[in-house]
Amino acid sequence: MTLSEVTKIDGKAGNFTVNVKESPRYVDMEKCIACGACTEKCPKKVDSEYDAATGKRKAIYVKYAQAVPLKYQIDPDACIRLQKPGACGFCEKVCDAGAINFNDTEKMHQLNVGAVILAPGFEAYDPTDAGVWGYGVYPNVITSLQLERYLSASGPTEGHLIRPSDGKPVNKVAFLQCVGSRDENLCNNGYCSSVCCMYAIKEAVIAKDHAPGLQTSIFYMDMRTHGKEFDLYMQRAKEDSGVRFVRCRVNGVEPDGSGGDLRLSYVNEEGRQLEEFYDMVVLSVGLQTPKHVLELAHTADIKLTADNFAATSDFAPVQTSREGIFTCGAIAGPKDIPQSVVEGSAAAAAVADLLSPARFELTTEPTFPKERDVSGEEPRIGIFVCHCGSNIAGIVDVKAVDEYAATLPDVVYVERNLFSCSQDTQEMIVKRIQEQKLNRIVIAACTPRTHEPLFRETLKAAGLNEYLMEMANIRNHNSWVHTDNPKAATAKAKDLVRMAAAKVTYGDSLKPISVPITQKALVIGGGVAGMTAGLNLAEQGFEVHLVEQTDILGGNALNLKHTWAGEHVPTQVAKLVDKLVCNDKIIIHKESTVTGVEGFVGNFRSTITGKDGLTKVIEHGAGIVATGGDAYTPTEYNYNSITGVVTSVQFDKLFELKEAHVRRARRFVFIQCVGSREEGSMYCSKVCCTHSVQSAIALKKENPERNVYILYRDMRTYAQREALYKQARKLGVIFINYELHGKPKVTENGLVIDVEVWDHVLHRPLKIEADMVILAVAIRPKADAAELGKLYKVPVDGQGFFQEAHAKLRPVDFSTDGMFVAGLAHYPKPIEESVAQALAAAARAATLLSKSHVYLDAVKAAVDERYCDGCALCVDVCPYHAITLVDKPAKDGQAAGKVIVVNKAQCKGCGLCQGTCPKRGVYVSGFTMKQISAQIQAALAV
Amino acid sequence: MLDTKKIGSVMIVGGGVTGMQAALDLADSGYYVYLVEKTGAIGGAMAQLDKTFPTNDCSM
Repeated sequence: MTLSEVTKIDGKAGNFTVNVKESPRYVDMEKCIACGACTEKCPKKVDSEYDAATGKRKAIYVKYAQAVPLKYQIDPDACIRLQKPGACGFCEKVCDAGAINFNDTEKMHQLNVGAVILAPGFEAYDPTDAGVWGYGVYPNVITSLQLERYLSASGPTEGHLIRPSDGKPVNKVAFLQCVGSRDENLCNNGYCSSVCCMYAIKEAVIAKDHAPGLQTSIFYMDMRTHGKEFDLYMQRAKEDSGVRFVRCRVNGVEPDGSGGDLRLSYVNEEGRQLEEFYDMVVLSVGLQTPKHVLELAHTADIKLTADNFAATSDFAPVQTSREGIFTCGAIAGPKDIPQSVVEGSAAAAAVADLLSPARFELTTEPTFPKERDVSGEEPRIGIFVCHCGSNIAGIVDVKAVDEYAATLPDVVYVERNLFSCSQDTQEMIVKRIQEQKLNRIVIAACTPRTHEPLFRETLKAAGLNEYLMEMANIRNHNSWVHTDNPKAATAKAKDLVRMAAAKVTYGDSLKPISVPITQKALVIGGGVAGMTAGLNLAEQGFEVHLVEQTDILGGNALNLKHTWAGEHVPTQVAKLVDKLVCNDKIIIHKESTVTGVEGFVGNFRSTITGKDGLTKVIEHGAGIVATGGDAYTPTEYNYNSITGVVTSVQFDKLFELKEAHVRRARRFVFIQCVGSREEGSMYCSKVCCTHSVQSAIALKKENPERNVYILYRDMRTYAQREALYKQARKLGVIFINYELHGKPKVTENGLVIDVEVWDHVLHRPLKIEADMVILAVAIRPKADAAELGKLYKVPVDGQGFFQEAHAKLRPVDFSTDGMFVAGLAHYPKPIEESVAQALAAAARAATLLSKSHVYLDAVKAAVDERYCDGCALCVDVCPYHAITLVDKPAKDGQAAGKVIVVNKAQCKGCGLCQGTCPKRGVYVSGFTMKQISAQIQAALAV
Repeated sequence: MLDTKKIGSVMIVGGGVTGMQAALDLADSGYYVYLVEKTGAIGGAMAQLDKTFPTNDCSM
C-alpha cells in the first residue's frame, strides 16, 4: 500500500483495527506501464527528493528508475493541472494506456490485524535552518546524502564528482563530522548518529575511486567505527587509499574569494588554530526522527525516549511500550543497515511469538492449472522480445530482432512487449501460450538472475512446465554495454535469441525436488543470545534442543550488572532461564558439545557429546550458532604483576562486593582498547567505552571526591549512549586521549600505581598516580569457533568470529542454508543487539521450520548409469560434497562395479561434475549435453 | 489475552530495508502482511545510497 499513512490504531495485541489513509496517485496502477511518455512531456520541474535536491524531477514521476511498484505518480503540489483545473494536462494526452486520472481521490481503509510493526525510519538532519557551516549559502557545502547522489551512477552527474557552483572537477574535499549529532546547541540532538563516521570513510574512499588524485580529509571528534570489520576498513582507508583523518574542532567555513573555494579553520589537538582550503565541504549529517514519525508514535500511543526515539527494553529491543506494537530500524535509535535488517527479522520473530496460534489462517498458497504433458508434441517455440522501455529498444533494433526470430526453426509465434515483466504482459503471455499451443518459450529481455523466477511462474500459470523457458539477456549483456554500437548490438541480440531458441528446443519438463523438513531447531550456546533464540522458537511452537558447554545457563551476561540503559541484568537473565526451563518444548543439554554433523538444510543430524562421554543424535531442520565469546586476558600494563591493575570484569565484581581496596581507593584510571584495535586484533569490542563510562559514573556518584580518569583512543559511546558520556564529563570524570603509538605506561611505585600518558595539549608526558587501574579488555572469539564451523561448513572471519552470509543484507544467515548466527559468536556487541540478533536468527529459522517441505530447484546433477563407470573424478571436484561413490551390483550381464549417486538436496547444479566427466556419465538437468551443444552450434552458425 | 481471537495478519508501517525484511520473514512463515509505505515506492533510504561497505555492492 503506497502513498499510505496510518491514522488510527484501535484494539489490543492480537486484534487491532487500523485506519489507513491512501493519498491519490492520480495514475491508475493497473493501467500504467511506466513507459515514461508522461514525464517526458511534463513541463513542471521540481527538486527531486530522491536525489536530495541535487537533481530535478517532473511533477509526474517515479521515485527512482528501479522503484517498486514501477508506477508513475503525480505530485499534486507541483502539478500545473491539479493546481489549476483546465491547464496543462499533457501527460493525459500522451498516455496511450489511459492511466492518468486527475479526479483520483483519497481513500480510507480499515484493516484488521494481529500486530503492528513500526518501521518508518529516519530523516537526515537538514542543516539549512541552522545554516551550519554555510550550508544553503555556499553552494559547495553539501550534505553527505547529496554526495551519495553525486557519486551514484544514477545520480544527477552520473557519478562524476563536480562542484555544484561551477561544474569544475573536485580536487580537495573535506568531511565535517557530527553535523546534527552530539550537538545540543544547534539542533538539540545530543545523541550520536552511529553511522556517519563509517559512511564518511566509505564516501571518501569511493570519491577517490571516482576522481583519481582527489584529496580527502575527515575532520572529527571521535572516529566511531565500532561495527564488524569497520576498523579494518578505516585502516585501509588511511593506509591504502590515503584518506586523511584530523581530530579537531572546526570553527569556521568561509568562502575564499568569489570562485567557490572554501576556507576551513579549525583548532587541532595541540590547540593551534589552522586554516586549509577546499573545493567542496561535505557535512556528515546525522539521523533524526522526522515529524511525521513523531505523529505516528502519537497515533500508535507508544512512549519515546528523551532523544525522540521509540522506548524499548534491552531485553526486548523491538517491543514498544504498547503490547502488540513492535519497532525495527532507526525509529528506536540511530543504527546502520545490518542492525536495521537484524531488527526487521527480530520484529518478525516477536510478532510470530504473539500470533503463532493464527499462523497460516489468512495466507493462501498460489494455485496453478494442471501441467500439460508436452513430451509427445513437436517443439512450438514462442519468442517474446522485450523493449524494456528504451533500455533495449533505444539501442537494439527490436523490430529487426522480432522479424529475425520468426525465421528460426520451430518458432511459431513472436511478439514484442514494452515491458515483458509487467503484470498485463504476463497475463498476455499466458494467453498466447494457451491459444498458440506454445510448448517452448524464449524471453529475450534481461537477466535470469532477477527475472527468471517471474517468467517461470508465468509458464506455470499457463499450464506449462516452468523449465521449458530460456532467457536471452539482450539488455545487461547487450544494450547496456554496447550503447555506442547499435548495429552490432542488434546483431548480437539476434545471436543471443538464436542460441536461446536452440537450447530450449531440447528442454525437458523438470520437477522441482521436494525435501521434508524436520521441524525442530538446535541452538548451540546457552547465553542470552542462545536462550532468547531458543525461547522464541519454542513459543512459536517448534521443538528446540539447546546445547550448553557449561553446567549453567546465562553465558557472559552472568558477569554483567546493568545494561547501558540501566536495566538490571541478573534479574532479566534469571527470568529468561526460568522461562526456558519451564517451556516443555525446550530440551536443555548442559555440559555438552556438538561433536559431529551430518545432513543439510531441513535435515541435519547433529551428534552431541556430554561430560560423561555419552553421545546423542539430534535431528533438526535448522541450527543457530550462539556460542558467545571470551574476555581477553591481558598481558600488558603489568596486569600480571600489579594487584591494583584489574580487568573491567574483575573490577565490576570488586565494586559490587564493596571490597575494601575499591572502597578506600581515591584515584581510578580506566585504560581503553586493551586487546582491541591493534595489530592482530584490528576490531573494536564495541561495549568497553560505554562500560567504563558507566563504572566511572558509579564511582563518582558514590563519592564525588574520587579522581576518575579514562584514557581512550576514540570514545565510542555510540547512539543514545552519548548521554552517559556527557553525564560522566559533568560529574568530573577526566577523559584523556591517547594514540596507538603512544600507549600509556603502567608501573608500580610503592603503594601507588604510576600511569604515564602523553598529553596532547601540554606536549609532554603526564603522570597520574592511581590506586587502581582498570583495563577495558577486548572480547575475543571462542577458541573452538573454527572447529565448530568446520562441522557445519560455516566460516569464521580473519579474527575468528563467525562470518555471516552478507554483511548488510543477510546479517544472521550463514551461506550454508539452514544455519544462523547470533550474539558474541558473530562479533562483540551489547546485550540488546545480541537479543535482537537472536530473535532475528529465530525468525529466519522459522521461515524454514514453518514449512513441511523445502522445494529445491530442479537444476541438479543426475547420473547416466549407462556411461558412469565409477571413476570418481566428479566426486573430487564437487564443491558441495553432494556426490558419493557406491557399489553397483552386477545386472543385465554387466559386471559389478562402482557408480556415483547424487544427493539432490546438497547439489547446487553448478555443473563441475558434468564438465569433469570424461564419459558423459553425469549431467545437469536443464543443461544437458544436447542442449549445450545445440546452443554452441547456434552460436557458431552465422 | 485468552479472550482475544488472534488475527493472523500484520501491518508493517514503512517500506525501507528493515520493514521489507520483517515483511518477507513474516510472509515466509505463514502470516498475511500489509506493508504500508508513505511515499510512492518502497526502498527507503538505502535505495538512495550509491554503494555500501564492505563489498561496495550497489545498494539497489
